[in-house]
Amino acid sequence: MDLLDNLIFGFAVAFSLQNLAYCFVGVLLGTLVGVLPGIGPLVAIAMLFPLTFSLPAVPALIMLAGIYYGAQYGGSTTSILVNLPGETASAVTCLDGYQMARQGRAGPALAIAAIASFFAGCVGTLLIALAGPALGEWALLFGAAEYTSLMLMALVASAVMSQGDAVKGLAAVALGLLIGIVGMDVNSGMGRYTFGVPALGDGLGFTVMAVGLFAVAEIVVNLERRESPEVHTGRITGLMPTAKDLKDSSWPTVRGTALGAVFGVLPGTGPALSSFATYMLEKKLARDPSRFGKGAIEGVAAPEAANNAAAQTAFIPMLTLGIPATATMALMLGAMTMQGIEPGPHVMIAKPELFWGIIASMWLGNLMLVILNLPLVGLWVRLLKVPYRWLFPSIIMFCCIGNYSINNNEIDVYLCALVGVLGYVLLKLECEPAPLILGYVLGPLLEEYLRRALLLSRGDPAVFFTRPISLSFMIATVLILVVMLAPALRKKTDRA
Amino acid sequence: MKFDLRHNRDGLAGLLFLLFGVFAVVFAGDYPMGAAARMGPGYFPTVLGGILCLFGVYILVRGMRSGERVKGHWAWKPLALIALSILLFGFLLDRFGMVPALAAVFFVSALAGHEFRFKETLLLTVLMGAFAVGVFFYGLKLPYPLFGW
Repeated sequence: MDLLDNLIFGFAVAFSLQNLAYCFVGVLLGTLVGVLPGIGPLVAIAMLFPLTFSLPAVPALIMLAGIYYGAQYGGSTTSILVNLPGETASAVTCLDGYQMARQGRAGPALAIAAIASFFAGCVGTLLIALAGPALGEWALLFGAAEYTSLMLMALVASAVMSQGDAVKGLAAVALGLLIGIVGMDVNSGMGRYTFGVPALGDGLGFTVMAVGLFAVAEIVVNLERRESPEVHTGRITGLMPTAKDLKDSSWPTVRGTALGAVFGVLPGTGPALSSFATYMLEKKLARDPSRFGKGAIEGVAAPEAANNAAAQTAFIPMLTLGIPATATMALMLGAMTMQGIEPGPHVMIAKPELFWGIIASMWLGNLMLVILNLPLVGLWVRLLKVPYRWLFPSIIMFCCIGNYSINNNEIDVYLCALVGVLGYVLLKLECEPAPLILGYVLGPLLEEYLRRALLLSRGDPAVFFTRPISLSFMIATVLILVVMLAPALRKKTDRA
Repeated sequence: MKFDLRHNRDGLAGLLFLLFGVFAVVFAGDYPMGAAARMGPGYFPTVLGGILCLFGVYILVRGMRSGERVKGHWAWKPLALIALSILLFGFLLDRFGMVPALAAVFFVSALAGHEFRFKETLLLTVLMGAFAVGVFFYGLKLPYPLFGW
């Protein structure tokens, strides 16, 4: 039993006192930051990422993963109590969760959300353990051409599937790729777009981009709003859901998990789309659809299961192929690279303690979250009352220290301010930053593989279409583009 | 007067992408192109810059057609203050140490909020500053002086 051996090995890694402690700290910090309104997992990871620098790779990634799903959990608490989701993935939970809170059933809503998430997390973790090695083995067949087309597919999909306009998403990908190649060209040793700034030789730092685009820009957007959100902090009495609640939410949880697990692996879709899709599905299946939006427990269980399952399975392409499916995974990939790990199918073989340790710690982290979240709900509620005017300067502080501490260089801090301004402008012009960060992370890789593929084929681009695996990625890319362009074309013919 | 570039959402977005694209292509001109089989450092950025220009023009034209405006107002003042607070942190940390840099971050960024309360900001600076010094200076042992002049 290979899988069992591997899982036991993973648990042995995760159960070391040090890793257990970092997993706990990650989950706790993630929840703490995720609960704060307007801060999603992306910002949480970007902000807390520098804390993991001084750690070795395994505990660092365990802690980061903990921050990720901690923030995801925290976001659902905020959705239920404040009707202001920290991120799009829990936006759907607001619909029925907040209604339940207003009816005095915040406790059961929170409990069901936690239970559904835990169930989905367990299934998701198991799926990674099952699918990871198989996918990794397949990926060992990939050459430069396959990787090039796979990246192209992931980038196009992320641009098209992200909320907002597809063409702007593609433009953001191109801009991200360009920002990604700033720095010294590995083949010629020539500095590109460095303008004589020595600090740019290593490229624009990964924290600079993440913190600037997601934390700084987001704060300015929040400051633009006049009113502060209304917190529903009626007493939370009785956490325990009734037997009927449990029965009503059991199948929606299973369906949500299944849907979420599939969406999580697909590039560009991730947790957000899966929670919307599963909510619509439950509404269709319900005997009385009018209950939805008025505090139906299925409307909490299904999307929470879906976004958590998706959050877990999103690790599959990142860990096995080295290709991130979402912006959050792009951050995780960046963190891995900074730890000196070259992502890809070799990670599993070269560093099994990393791969299996992370998987085991995911399950442990999910367990910790249930134990942590339910009794500590009172604390989170109090945290929600902290006014934003105290929060945002503190977030800025963490961002500044984080950016400085990477290279002990003031330039990184200046660049972060600049990227923050760019991020704000892009948000105002309704250009999604997520495809940009994906492009940024994949930029150098894509160029390298493209170069290698064309070098081997002596400059003949047919190499991408004659190898079967590469061809299938290319066909998928074209299909995605056609699906995207079809509505636009139809509009034109209608007008004619 | 349907087309007003200053408020045109896609017009501005397209222009921004176009500018980045032109910038990329122009500077990539300094780097050897090479050929497809043996790409020089200029090849990939030139192609990408060109693609970005095309997208930019398309988005710009679309914006001129639809005339859709930017939603809400621009928060220039908060943006400038937040950016300034970050810049000040970088500038002060090297020259004057961690404590003045942290104070600058809190006071300048707090001005970006809807209401500024001096005493509250002072308290926040002291509490969060002490926390940061504890975690980063004593805990993680980052090598910055507390007071550096």
